[in-house]
Amino acid sequence: MDTPTTFPPFAVTAEIDADADESISHYPADKKRSAVLPLLHIIQRNFGFISKDATLWVAEKLGLEPMQVHEVVSFYPGLREHAPGKYHFRVCRTLSCAMAGSAELMDRLCELTGIDRSQSDSHHNPIAVSPCGQWSVEFAECLASCGTGPVCMVNDDFHEEIPADKAQELLNQYKA
Amino acid sequence: MSDIQYLPGKEPHPCEYRMIFKNIDRAGWDPSIDCYLNDGGYEQLKKAIKMEPQAITNEVKASGLRGRGGAGFPTGVKWGFIPPNNTKPVYLICNCDESEPGTFKDRYIVHQDPHQLLEGMIISCFAVGAHTAYIYMREEFPEAATIMEKAIEEARAKNLVGNDVLGSGFDLEIYIHRGAGAYICGEETGLIESLEGKRPYPRIKPPYFPAALGLYMAPTIVNNVESLCHVKHIIEMGGGGYAQLGVARNTGTRILCVSGDVQKPGYYEVEVGKITMGELLNDVCGGPKEGRTFKACIPGGSSAKILRCDESFTIGQGDAEQSLSFFDIPMDFDTIAACGSMAGSGGVIVIDDSRKISWILNNLNSFYAHESCGQCTPCREGSMWMKKISDRIVGGHATPDDIQTLEDVAYQIDGRTVCAFGEASSWPVEAIISKFRDELTAETSEDNDDLSEEAKIQLQFISQ
Ligand SMILES: Cc1cc2nc3c(=O)[nH]c(=O)nc-3n(C[C@H](O)[C@H](O)[C@H](O)COP(=O)(O)O)c2cc1C
Ligand code: SF4
Ligand code: FES
Repeated sequence: MDTPTTFPPFAVTAEIDADADESISHYPADKKRSAVLPLLHIIQRNFGFISKDATLWVAEKLGLEPMQVHEVVSFYPGLREHAPGKYHFRVCRTLSCAMAGSAELMDRLCELTGIDRSQSDSHHNPIAVSPCGQWSVEFAECLASCGTGPVCMVNDDFHEEIPADKAQELLNQYKA
Repeated sequence: MSDIQYLPGKEPHPCEYRMIFKNIDRAGWDPSIDCYLNDGGYEQLKKAIKMEPQAITNEVKASGLRGRGGAGFPTGVKWGFIPPNNTKPVYLICNCDESEPGTFKDRYIVHQDPHQLLEGMIISCFAVGAHTAYIYMREEFPEAATIMEKAIEEARAKNLVGNDVLGSGFDLEIYIHRGAGAYICGEETGLIESLEGKRPYPRIKPPYFPAALGLYMAPTIVNNVESLCHVKHIIEMGGGGYAQLGVARNTGTRILCVSGDVQKPGYYEVEVGKITMGELLNDVCGGPKEGRTFKACIPGGSSAKILRCDESFTIGQGDAEQSLSFFDIPMDFDTIAACGSMAGSGGVIVIDDSRKISWILNNLNSFYAHESCGQCTPCREGSMWMKKISDRIVGGHATPDDIQTLEDVAYQIDGRTVCAFGEASSWPVEAIISKFRDELTAETSEDNDDLSEEAKIQLQFISQ
C-alpha cells in the first residue's frame, strides 16, 4: 500500500464544507444521517479515498459515532479505503460483458500498465494499483450497458465496446 | 410521429412502438428543457395539476400499468396502499439503481431525456401527495447525476418544481441521492436504508411495506424510472386509452434489453405481449451469430429462471390449455411467468451453443456471492457456497455429488431470507441444474472424489 499517490491529503476547505452543508440540506433537519453517502462522495472525489481522518470528520459533521460512518464505508464497493491510481479502471465482470470478452480486456489492461492482480479478490482487496501509482484496476458488477460490452469506466468516464485489442487505444486517452 | 428522425444506425426497428424511448437517439435532440418544451413537454403536468390527485391514481389504476423494475406490481394499486388517515409526510423515490444484470434502459432515459422522467415524477408526487422526492441513482452514473441535477434546476426556473408548482399551491423538492455500487440498493427497502445513511440491509415485509412504513418510517412510494415515465403517457392517453396498448393485464409498452449472443443486441421498445420471443430474437435482433444456434435465454434480468431454446411449455388450464415452444412465447408478464420464469426487468440475455452452461452458472454465482448484503445466513453463506461449488465445476474438480449439493444449497436459500435476493440468487441455480443437469454432470468426475476439507464441512450442514 505504499505506492505513490497522486491525490492530496485530506483537508477540509471552505468549499468542501459548503458542499457538505448543501448536501445536508437535502434531508430533513433531524435526518442528517442521510447525508453520509453524499459527504463520502465529496471526500472520495477530492481525495481519492476515505481516510480515517475523513471518516471522523463526517461523523463529527453529522453528529454520528465514527463507527456509523465506517460501517457504511466498509460496506459499499463504490467507496474506497485506499488510494487508487490517478486513472482508475472499473471493468464490468458480469455475464453479458464476460461473454463479450471483459476478462480479456482486464488482462490486457494489467499487462499494459504492469499491474499485478494476483493479490486482488472481489471482496476485501478489489483494487490493484500499478507500481507507478498512475493506474489502477478493479472488476465492477454489471454497469447497465450489457448490450455494448465489454464496458468499463475510467474515473467518471464511461466507455463501451472495448475489446482487449482496443485497450492500448483506451490507455492512450489517459496518458499521464 | 413520422417527422421524428433518429441518428444514423440507431433507427428503431419497425416492430417497435416508441413512446418512452421516443427521444432516445433522436436526431437534433438534447437533454435541455427548451428542447423538451418545444416538443410539447410538460403539457401533461399542466393537465394533471388541475386534476384531483385521486383521479390521477384512478387513471393509473385503469391503465393497468405494472412496475417495470422487476416485480411487475400494479403501480396504481401500490399508490393506493398509502394509509388513508396518514399524517406523516409522504415520500416518492425514483429507483434509478439499474443494477439487475442484463438491464440497460433507465440509463438512456436519465442521460438523454431527463425531463420526461421529471414530468412523470412531478405528476406522480402530486398524485400521492409527496412534497419531497429522491432519485436514487447508482454511483456508476456520474454523468447522469449531473444531467438530472441540471434538469431539476431548469425545471425550478420554470416553476415546475419548488414552491407552488405552476401556481397550483403544490410544493415539491426533488433531489438526487447517489448510491455507492451495491446491487442490493436496487431492492426498495435496502434502498431506503441506504438513503437513511445506513448499510443497505433490506427490511422484512411485512411489516415494512414502503407505502406504509418507508423512508423515515413514513409512507413512501418507490417506483422504477421507466414506470414513472409511463405515468406521463397515461395522463396524455387516459388510463383506458393507455390500456389499449399491449394485451389484457399486460398493458402499455416496455423496453426489452437484449444482450449476449445475437447479431444485434440493444434496446427495443415494444407493446407488451405483442411480440414473441422468436420475433424478438430472430427478426428484431437478427438471429444467432454466424454459424451458431440459440441454446438458452434468461428472459427478465439475471435473476429470472433460464429457459432452454428447445423447450416447450404447457400453459393454461382446461380448455385454455396450450402448448408453446420457446420461440412462441409472447413477451408479457403472465405468459413468461406461466413458463416458469419472469419478465422481470426486461433484460433478455441470450446464450448460444458456443457457451458452456457451467461457465454461465459460475459467472452468475460470482455476482450473487459478491452482492449478498450478508444480513441473513442462508443468503450470505449459501451464495458463497454456490460460487465455490461452481468454481469447482468450471475448474474440473467437481464430483457428480456436487451437482446435488449445489441444488440442495439453492433450495435452502429460496424462501428463507429477508428479501427477494434469496430467490434472485437461487432461482438461476435451480433452473440451470434442472434444465442442464446432464451437461453439468458431464463436467464432473467420480475421480475427483477427495473433497476439500471445506467441502466435507459443508456436507455436514446439508439435510439429506
Ligand atoms: C435484489 C433486488 C434488486 C432490485 N434492483 C432493482 C433495480 O435496480 N431497479 C429497480 O427499479 N428495481 C429493482 N428491484 C425492485 C424494487 O425492489 C422495487 O420492486 C421496484 O423499484 C418498484 O418499482 P416498480 O413497481 O415501478 O417496478 C430490485 C429488487 C430486488 C429484490
Ligand atoms: S436475502 Fe441476501 S441480500 Fe436479502 S437481506 Fe438477506 S442476506 Fe441481504
Ligand atoms: S453485464 Fe456488463 S454492463 Fe451489464
